[in-house]
Amino acid sequence: MPREASAARLPRRKGSPFTGLGPVFMKELSDHLGSPRMLVLTLFVIAFGALPVGFALQDLRTVVVSDPYLFLRIFTVSPERVGLSFTVALNFVIPLMAIGLGFDSVNSEFNRRTLSRVLSQPIYRDALLLGKFLGGLATLAVALVALWLIVVGSGLLLLGLPPRGVEVARGIAFLVVAIAYGGVWLAVSMLFSVLFRSTATSALCALGLWLFFFILWPMIASALTLALAPSQITGVDQYVAVQEMGLALLRLSPGTLFTEAVVGLLNPETRTLGFVLPMQMRGAIPEAPLPFDQSLLLIWPQVTGLIAGMIVLFAAAYVVFQREEVRA
Amino acid sequence: MTAPAGRDVVIAARGLVKAYGGHRAVDAIDLEVRRGEIFGLLGPNGAGKTTTILMMLGLTEISGGSVDVLGYDPVREPLEVKRRVGYLPDAVGFYDHLTARENLAYTARLLGVPRSQAGRRIMEALESVRLADVAGKRVSTFSRGMRQRLGIAEIVMKQAEVAILDEPTSGLDPHATHELLEMIRGLKRAGVAVLLSSHLLDRVQSVCDRVALFNKGKVALMGTVVELANQVLGAGHPVLVEATGADVAAALRGLEGVQQVLPDGQGAWKVEADRDVRAAAARRIVEAGGNLLRLADLQPSLEEVYTRYFEEARRAA
Repeated sequence: MPREASAARLPRRKGSPFTGLGPVFMKELSDHLGSPRMLVLTLFVIAFGALPVGFALQDLRTVVVSDPYLFLRIFTVSPERVGLSFTVALNFVIPLMAIGLGFDSVNSEFNRRTLSRVLSQPIYRDALLLGKFLGGLATLAVALVALWLIVVGSGLLLLGLPPRGVEVARGIAFLVVAIAYGGVWLAVSMLFSVLFRSTATSALCALGLWLFFFILWPMIASALTLALAPSQITGVDQYVAVQEMGLALLRLSPGTLFTEAVVGLLNPETRTLGFVLPMQMRGAIPEAPLPFDQSLLLIWPQVTGLIAGMIVLFAAAYVVFQREEVRA
Repeated sequence: MTAPAGRDVVIAARGLVKAYGGHRAVDAIDLEVRRGEIFGLLGPNGAGKTTTILMMLGLTEISGGSVDVLGYDPVREPLEVKRRVGYLPDAVGFYDHLTARENLAYTARLLGVPRSQAGRRIMEALESVRLADVAGKRVSTFSRGMRQRLGIAEIVMKQAEVAILDEPTSGLDPHATHELLEMIRGLKRAGVAVLLSSHLLDRVQSVCDRVALFNKGKVALMGTVVELANQVLGAGHPVLVEATGADVAAALRGLEGVQQVLPDGQGAWKVEADRDVRAAAARRIVEAGGNLLRLADLQPSLEEVYTRYFEEARRAA
């Protein structure tokens, strides 16, 4: 008899939470890859990616100065005619794509009334949510890898210049950062898809958050910095402190973290991502590139920040989803 | 703990409670479903039927009491329960962009059915619900009745020992309802214990071996339809009489065993008696010079039980 009471109070579940993860993952992946939505998103990404790359390649072909990292410039140069580099375009497009993949992942199952039927199979909610997330992330990764290969391939063809090993390594690291950045936004959109039953509301909220971070947050961050800064800056230390506070606020936006990580990776000359005083640069050789491992060390906080954000958001979605009632 | 009362009990709920805040949606329910029977949960919407079902499947938390499904506790071992129990939710949904076969294939993968068996089991299940010819069609083209049948096919494919069907016939036309009930009988013939919930009484009456009448989260009545009728309507033999050319009410009122004669429309009367009075009644009417057109034994209908019970419950409240 005491077992009866303890069973009710301590619902220790038996069986692995990952039972059924594989089938859910495979289904999500095949659903995404075969869906018209994916086609639209891919076209969108290619249009946004190809334009800057195409113009960048035209500009780069006329470059005469020798540049050891010429190949990486394809990603970072912002051509005059477009005013938008490939990385900036990605910073903008990846969230849109991730939101497009995730905004209806859970609530559409509610609305199609498939959720209770699927959950009545031997599977925990954990596996369903994680499978959906990983399926979306894999789809995103497939699209980004394809895009990356297109860019590198067209670079090879049009520049007629093979990338060096270290450039390839930096390029791959850039790809990994881009996928992690997509993961953050995928987790955001899935959180909204768990919070709201209506897919329109969840899409609107996710897009709203995206616009907020892109347009409003830089303004809010600078306004906050101004408001919080002392009215009179009396010393260099104080000035640095204010600047760093502004930067810290900006870094709450995943877009900032992504940009910083990409700059560190693709511009090997980058020595610091924080605020630097001219006197701190004394003794440094200007324009001298850092070795790859030093660049990695430089962007490590940004990358961990992105991954941590992704995990925190996913955990939030998980907690909400566990508490949700199944009945529609 | 919950050693089932007999080996043939597949679902046993004891003092099952589900509370939302202060409101008790399910209030201390006791019920048992036995192997090989069709058990009906009946009651108005919001009486706690679906919540009870979800607790049995471990899909919602239990606030108190316990459930035992096939010897497993759905709170602690939901995967074991869900592996053996098929569930057809109210207005079941399938993935519209997939075909019937693909939908079942996904379920088969979730169940861990080996690939070599899955195809055959899916086709057999689809045949058993007469959907084999549309196996390759997208579910978006399916009618509501076809979706419900696909839900039954999922349970067949799962080879479940217990089938839990939530409002399986709601929103179906009479023909589709008839077909679905036939399939539910088929499940029973295959040895599956069936628990179904419904508010459509006359249809359910024809398939259920036993029923539990839900009211405000409690089981008001439980038993076979005849038992319930005796409990609520009182034991008796109601008879329907249709005749012309005689004052039937007067002729029958004095008959031994007759308690009441009530007019039931033009030229028809309902006779309530404590024994079978058909033969005597026929003689009386003919003797009185009437033309006897119809004399029928009225089966107790669940609808009547239900209506009468809730009328009385309201009056008592």
